Formats: sequence, structure tokens, C-alpha cells
Amino acid sequence: MANTPDYHWPPMDQRKVIGTSPKRLDGPVKSSGRAKYTSDLKPQGMLFGAYLISPHAHAKVTSIDTSVAEKLPGVKSVYVAAPAGTEMQYQGWEVAAVAATTEEIAREATRKIKVEYEVLPHFVKDEDLASAGANAKQGGERLVGDPDKAFADAEAVSEGHYGIPVVTHCCLEPHGQVIQWMGDSINVWPSTQNVPGYAGDLSQRLQVPATNIKVKMDYIGGGFGSKFNPDAWAIVGANLSKNAGGRPVKLYLERNAEQMIGGNRPSAYAKIKLGGKKDGTITAWQTDSWGTGGFQAVSPGQQPYVFTNLPNIREVRTAVSVNAGTQRAWRAPGNQQASYLTCCAIEDYAHKIGMDPIEVFKLNAQYAPTARIETYRYQLDKAAELADWKKLWRPRGQNGSGPVKRGLGVAIAAWGGAGHAGKARAVINPDGSVAIETGTQDLGTGTRTIITQVAAETFGLPMSQIKLSIGTSELPADGGSGGSSTVGAVSTTTRKSSMNALAKLYEVVAPSLGAQPEELEAVDGHVRVKGSPNKSLTWQAACRKLGSTQIAEMGENVPRSAQAEGLNTQGAAGVQIADVSVDTETGIVKINRYVAVQDCGLVINPKLAESQVFGAIIMGIGTALFEERIMDAQTGRVLNPDMEFYKLAGIADIGNLVVHMDIRPENDKRGVIGLGEPPAIPICAAVGNAVTNAIGVRVPTIPMTPDHVLAALEGRIG
Amino acid sequence: MQSFEYANPATVQEAVGLLGARWGQADVLAGGTDLLSLMKEHLHEPKRLVNIKNIKELEGIQKTASGLRIGALVTMDELAKNAEVHAAYQSLAEAAAGIPSPQIRHMGTVGGDLCQRPRCWYYRQGFGLFAMKDGKSLIPEGENKYHAIFGGGPAYFVSASSLGPALVSLGARVKLVSAKGTREVPVAKFFVTPASEAAREIALQPNEILTEIIVPAAAVHTATYEVRQKEALDWPLAAASVALTMNGRTVTSAKVVLGHVAPTPWEATGAEAALKGKTITADTAEAAGKAAVLGATPLSQNAYKVTLAKVAVKRALMEAVKTAKA
Ligand SMILES: Cc1cc2nc3c(=O)[nH]c(=O)nc-3n(C[C@H](O)[C@H](O)[C@H](O)COP(=O)(O)OP(=O)(O)OC[C@H]3O[C@@H](n4cnc5c(N)ncnc54)[C@H](O)[C@@H]3O)c2cc1C
Repeated sequence: MANTPDYHWPPMDQRKVIGTSPKRLDGPVKSSGRAKYTSDLKPQGMLFGAYLISPHAHAKVTSIDTSVAEKLPGVKSVYVAAPAGTEMQYQGWEVAAVAATTEEIAREATRKIKVEYEVLPHFVKDEDLASAGANAKQGGERLVGDPDKAFADAEAVSEGHYGIPVVTHCCLEPHGQVIQWMGDSINVWPSTQNVPGYAGDLSQRLQVPATNIKVKMDYIGGGFGSKFNPDAWAIVGANLSKNAGGRPVKLYLERNAEQMIGGNRPSAYAKIKLGGKKDGTITAWQTDSWGTGGFQAVSPGQQPYVFTNLPNIREVRTAVSVNAGTQRAWRAPGNQQASYLTCCAIEDYAHKIGMDPIEVFKLNAQYAPTARIETYRYQLDKAAELADWKKLWRPRGQNGSGPVKRGLGVAIAAWGGAGHAGKARAVINPDGSVAIETGTQDLGTGTRTIITQVAAETFGLPMSQIKLSIGTSELPADGGSGGSSTVGAVSTTTRKSSMNALAKLYEVVAPSLGAQPEELEAVDGHVRVKGSPNKSLTWQAACRKLGSTQIAEMGENVPRSAQAEGLNTQGAAGVQIADVSVDTETGIVKINRYVAVQDCGLVINPKLAESQVFGAIIMGIGTALFEERIMDAQTGRVLNPDMEFYKLAGIADIGNLVVHMDIRPENDKRGVIGLGEPPAIPICAAVGNAVTNAIGVRVPTIPMTPDHVLAALEGRIG
Repeated sequence: MQSFEYANPATVQEAVGLLGARWGQADVLAGGTDLLSLMKEHLHEPKRLVNIKNIKELEGIQKTASGLRIGALVTMDELAKNAEVHAAYQSLAEAAAGIPSPQIRHMGTVGGDLCQRPRCWYYRQGFGLFAMKDGKSLIPEGENKYHAIFGGGPAYFVSASSLGPALVSLGARVKLVSAKGTREVPVAKFFVTPASEAAREIALQPNEILTEIIVPAAAVHTATYEVRQKEALDWPLAAASVALTMNGRTVTSAKVVLGHVAPTPWEATGAEAALKGKTITADTAEAAGKAAVLGATPLSQNAYKVTLAKVAVKRALMEAVKTAKA
């Protein structure tokens, strides 16, 4: 190629498709029920799988007898996942599985497997660090500056304790897959966030060459960070299939197992002390935090959140191990917890010195990473404006005359969101048809739509003329959809592969337009000479010049060089404000209005971007008001592994949402930044602060349920 | 769930002939909104299901000389929207309307609402009605924030029915039919605190069908107030149904029945006494609320429900007299 094309995004005012909001391409098939999720599939000869899971929080399998189950008519294969001797560390641990001709027979058969357990002592409660004993493990100590001196010199000191419990992902489509293992090849239809990485991982665990593993997924019913790898159920399902002579087996977790072992968000509890000046400047920060991520303990993230450049910090972090299912990434892992602890502690400090918390956040934005300081200040003002903060905010407990009090609370978020490594192929056919092929997946975020928009913009064609293929392992590999890294990656790979393909086309077409290839552009369905619009060919005519030779060009996103290239980058900021009403006689919290201001660089489709923010807030309000995994200390069991007492928000609980995408030239010029996670971060903190502002006392522990709110009001907590 | 035989009778007589002498032999299937979950969890494993949805005589709401007859198959939605119920039994209409989600209101029947099993999470996770382990109840030291604040155990679950408290406050009766005959039981006696784990929380016998509810004519002002956290798919944390007989603005007699705070609808006799001869004001309503919860014995995590019950009584009373003025 003569010259590397100029990949840069077209200037804001010259974009035709990027920056507009066409409807999502998967909307009609999803809303009409025609979209096939992998859990809807039923390939020829498919068997139904069912799991037997451990009823105990901690136990050893002493014997297991599957003979009766095997003889049940309709049972085609039985697999023991926990042979005698296995020590199981939580309720829900996979013991055995059955594949049978019907779901009912498979379930029935699991009940006929005889297992004897030696029940061992368990520990499942993480709220009280003092009771954790040997289950508590030092997770790290950190000292910055001289906190002792800073606290001694402080004009004001505030102290508080805060807690945010374990919640689960509650994917409506549970974890699982349909899988078929025949000879040395595997076909798998998983519910996964990581189509491209799936085969490689599975190949190592099953000793089948990755080239013989075909992975396909068109639609996923929620992942939220919990569906990256082929889990135990893929291995178990594959073995069931193999033992059944290669018939495909469908093995999905039942709802109770989904809630127990399908992943969860770790808890975080902390005692926090802040010192500072009367003008609102924070000078000293001390945190003792702990939390649990299940049996494999993880400690809460670093404090303070966002205000990382504070001069004097002391923190001790502790990881508590409990006999409960293992944590997985949950929409911005670690960040909701960190935001909750930090933003509540700052609100308490603002209250202590009698200042408006927005002012305290703005002042201390000086401690945020340098590049983001002004963005936070701008967003704090913008959010305050959209929430009528100046008019509606009052000091604690002074807003409302009857039993119902109003409160406003603010919180902030930070996220990376750079594109992951990935590849796409752009194809131009002599008949003018255009295809983009990339092995990514659309989690429901709108990836299909985004890719098509970028390709349409680049080729100067309508979106309907772009054929897109995603979701299989046979396409050029993209990355897993985690860390909000997909939009940066696919927009870049699509842009680059499309530009590379166009460059090839220009080489063929240039002579007939009497121009050099690099003088050409593709606009409005034409290939034309820049600056001389009358020297042009229709797209169709231009492509016919290819004769019988198809163009197929790759485009790659290389994270190391992406920053310099300017198509995608990282570093998103967001500010959110909750406006709530609290019935102080019943402790019931209602959301009046919820404001989110979010930047994510160049926004390809504002409506889809807003949808991500809406979705994140809806999910977040559920966690702020209702959700918690309830563990029973005496039995070690999860008491609410269902959708009844694991309470999710319904649409009537959400209130009025106001989303403002922070689209400004200074953000746009940074390139594309991921968005799925950052807006999910501040909600517990904003709601917690709003409830506290309404009722006049800190409600330390999420969720903001009547028992927690009334306990705070009635002084039943310290 | 366990395999079962399915029977589809067309009359009550036929249906009762298909029932068993002991629990576990046969279960009555109405809307199935509770029974199917119980069966999927293996908490109920009936050998036979007797579907009563095709029995015409169990349908409909009729006004009679002495009050109202509500067939067991009347759905919560029909009850909530019925004009007679609205006009004369505000508390019942409110209790039915409060039951969440249109789907459940359309499928769930009044008979099923009265006969549904407790939602105690220990029971639903297979620990039995009293949640016993090694001879001891798991509840007092366990996760009891949704459990009873009255009754003192060993039954700590709360009666799930939202219609129960309203019907008790209205002095309603249920008709129970078996192959041997028919009996009428006051709703107040239909709900019982089971004496043992094997017993039921209702007076229904395994060979009986609840065929109808009879609500006496009411010269009263009524209201139900429920404290609900979520707008959909959730249970009240506490509720109160009140029925007041008034002479002008003076209460001549009061029924105050709490819901979701005890193994049965809980008649707050203290509040009833406190209201007699009084005019309902914010102060007397508040005092009645306080009197209603005297003697509550909250568990380690549910003291807040005492507050909620108190508030529910106060608010139900204030609402009942709003209708009194109208
Ligand atoms: C998420 C959720 C929230 C809910 N919230 C509430 C609430 O707030 N308040 C409330 O009151 N209810 C609530 N419900 C319960 C709902 O009202 C009941 O499930 C419903 O009323 C049961 O009626 P059904 O006709 O479906 O009964 P079924 O499920 O058919 O039967 C339930 C039980 O009653 C027995 N039975 C039914 N009819 C008769 C009869 N005529 N004679 C003898 N036995 C009979 C059955 O054998 C079975 O044991 C909720 C349910 C859910 C799932």
C-alpha cells in the first residue's frame, strides 16, 4: 500500500452516521421473541442436563453412588464432578450431573444419586470483622504522607462506618451452554461474554485442539461480568455429551444454583476517618476495610476512590473468606464498593463542617487524576443544575414538614474503558456489497449497531448496505466483552479494516478518475475525487472495476499504540445525583429523580449510550434499595436463592431518570471510550447519601431497606 | 417435581371424592401460583392434583340478603374490581388490589390466597414449617427480619394471606365442603397457629375444599393499609385492616387486625379497646397503633416491624374515617 490511510475519525461536524442514533439493529428480533438465545436452542438429538449441587456450606463427599440414576429410563449419561474425597467449600458446589431425554427425567435422576457427606464447620458472615477470626486475612497496608500529623493539625475530623453487601448478577438467562463433543471435535453454544476466548480456554481444559472447537452465540441474556470462561458446567456438559455418544447436551444452572455459584459482587465494610480544613479541603484519610469475595477471599479496593492524590493516607484492608460462592466481576468490579465508601465518608465530612457536599467534592477534585479534575468540576456543576440542587438541597433532615422527607445525594465514578486487542475484516465485493466480520459479541449493549454505523460512515454507504457477522470463533478474533473494552475495540478495528479495504479499492479505481488513490474519498454512495465532486463514480460502478477480485482487508486494535492513533482511549468520568423521598415512619425510600452525567469520549450512538446509562442506573437502584444475598449463619445456606426474596427493582421502583451524555469537543477529540460499566458505579453512594440527607442521620449499610433506615432513625445502630 | 395423577372434575361433589384422608395424597389446584412452586421445590409431592378451575359453582360474587358470597375461584383481580366490594368493603378491595403483579392477580384465586403456604424462607428452603434443626428452631438466632413479632414461637412464620386480615376484621366465614358434608368456619378460626410441624396453618382438612367466603353485610367503615417496600412482586412487611362501627363521629366498636406479623391474622384487641367511644383523630389513631403492638415480642432482626405495624394501624384508621366523612 502506498500510504497508510488516515484513520482519524471525521471531524464532529462532518459525520453522517456516527453521532446519530439509528435504532438498534437487534431490537425487532428481540422484542418479537425471534432472537434465539443459546438457552433457546435445541439441536437434533439434544439431551437435557441437570445438576446435583451440594446442600452444605462445607462438607466432604465420603461416598457417591450413581447406579440407580443411571438405570432410570431416559438417562443417557451421568457424570460425577465431586468424587469421594472432594472437599466442597460452599452450598451449590457441583456434585454430579445427568443428561436425559427430558428435563424432568434429568432432574428426577439427580435426586436418585446417593451422596454421603461429612459435614464440616462453616463460616458465612462477613459483616462483623471481629467474629471472622482466622477467616480474616491481611489484604494490604498503605501509608502516604504523615496521617498522624495531618489528623492532629486538622480543623475538623469526621468518622463513620459503612457497608455494602454481597449481591448477585441475576442474569435473566442463567449460566450454561449447549455442547456437543464428538470424537475430537466440539460444537458449543455458550451464554458468554467471550466468544473469541472460549475455544482456547476449553481446549486446554479438555485437551481438544482449539481448531476443532466451534463456538457460536448470537444473543446473551445478561452477563454483567459473570460470563467469561467455560465454567465447570461446560466441562461437565462436554463430558455428559461425550458419554452419551456425542449427542448435544443442554446444561444451564437452575435459578437457585445461578444465585449461589453464578458469581457475585464482593461486599465491602469500612471504618473511615477524615480530617481537613473548615473550607472543605480534606487533608487526612484513614480506612480500615474488609469484605468477602467468597471462599477465595478478596479485600475491598483502595481508598479513597478517585481522590487518589490526597497527601496523607493510612489504610488497612482485610479479606474475609466465607463458605459461599466465588465472586466474579460485577459491572465495574470493586468500583461501586469503593465509590460507596469514599463518597459517603466525604458527605459525612461535609455535614460535619456544615458545607454543601457538591462544594466539598468540587474542592477536593484537586486530588483526582490531573487530566480529569476539570471534567469532574464541570460534571458536578452540570449534575447539580439538572437536579435543581441549589433549589432543592437542604442540610440534613430539614427538607419536608410531614413524615416524608426529601433528600439529595451526590457521588462520582471513574473508569478506564480502552479498547481491547482485536481484529476485524472488511470485505468489498465486485457487486458492491460490503461485509464486516469480527469475532466479537453483542451483550445487548448495541455492538452490532455501533459496528455497522462505523462501517457505514467510513464507506459512505447506508447502514442497510453493510452485512455484519459476529459471534463465532471462526471469525477474526476480537476480545472478551469486559472492562467496557468492546466499543473502543470494535469501532477501531472496523474503522481501520474499512479504511484499508477502501485504500485497495482506490488503487483500482483511481486511474479511471484520473487521480491518485490517496486523493479519493467515499461519500454518499460515491467514490470521488476530494474537492472535485463531479469527478466521481457510483459505489456500484467503482466496485465493478474490481472484476472478479474481492477485497478483504484486516484492521487491528493494538492497545499499546491505540492512544497514539487516537481512535480509542481510556478514562471516563461521571457524576450522579439521587433525589429521594423517605417516609420516616416506615423507612420506605422512593426515588423521585435520578440524574447521571457521564462522559465517554466520542459517542458513536447517543441513544445507545443513554440506554447503557439507563440500564446501569436501573440495575444500580435495585442494589441501592433492595438487593442482598442472605446467608444463614447456622446452616451456612443462602436463604434467598430465588427471585422472590432476592429482591430486584421493578420499573415502578425506579423513578424519573435524567441522563446527560457529556458530549463536548474536548471529550470527543479523545476518541471512543467504553461505557457499559462506569454509570453503574455511583448509585449506592448517591442513594445512600440522599437517604442520609433526607432523614438527618447516616444509614450506614446498603440496601436502604426499612429495617436499616428505621434502625438508624431509632438509634438502634451506633 | 414428582410425577402425579391429574383429575379434572366438573362439580364440587366429584372433586371432594377425589381428595385423600391425609395430606400428601391429593392437592387442590386452583390458580397454581403457589402450588406449582411448592411442587417444584418438592415441598408438596401430591400423588394426585385435583384441578378445580372447571367447577362453575365455585365462581362469581353475589350479593345476598345477609351480605356477600364470594366463590373460591374468584380471582384477586375480579375481587379488587368488583363494584359491590368497592362500595361496601373498602378494606377487602384494597387488600386484593395490593397483591402485586397483574399476572398474580389474574391467576391467583381467593381460595388459593387463604390456603397458600407460608413464605418463610427456612420453610421454602426445606427446613420445615418450624425450621427445626437438632431440636431447636433456627429462627430466633437466624435471619428473621421478615418473621413474626407476635405469637412467641415455635411457629415464627407469618401468615401470607393479605385477604386474611381484612376478612377477619369483617367477621367473614368460609364454607368448607367434604364428601361427608359442609361446615362453616369464621375466618378468624380458619387461620390457626399449628401445634406441630406436621399440622397446617389453616383449619382445612385434607379431604375438604374451600368453596366460598361469606362476608356479612357491613355497616362499617373499613380500610387496609399495607407497608410495602417494592411496587411489584413483593410482600407487605406489615399491614392492618380496620372495620369501624360508628355513631356519628364516635366509634361504637372497632375491629383491628394486623397482617404479616404473626402466624395468623392478628387481632389487636388492645387497639380495639382503645378506640371504643373515641373519635378518630391523629392522636387517637396513634394511640390505637401503640396499643396494637403492646405485647409484641420482636426477634433479633425485626424490631422495625413493631414500628411498621403501629404505623399501619394509624394510617388505616385515618383512611377509614376519610371514607366515613364521604
Ligand atoms: C412474588 C409473589 C408475591 C405475592 N404477594 C402476595 C401478597 O402480597 N399478598 C398475598 O396475599 N398473596 C401474595 N402472593 C400469593 C398469591 O396471592 C397466591 O399465590 C395466590 O393467591 C394463590 O392462589 P392460587 O389460586 O394460585 O392457589 P394455588 O397455587 O392453586 O393453591 C395454593 C394452595 O391452596 C390450596 N387451595 C387452593 N384453592 C383451594 C380451595 N378452594 N380449597 C382448598 N384448598 C385450596 C392448594 O391446594 C395449595 O395448597 C404473592 C405471590 C407471589 C409469587
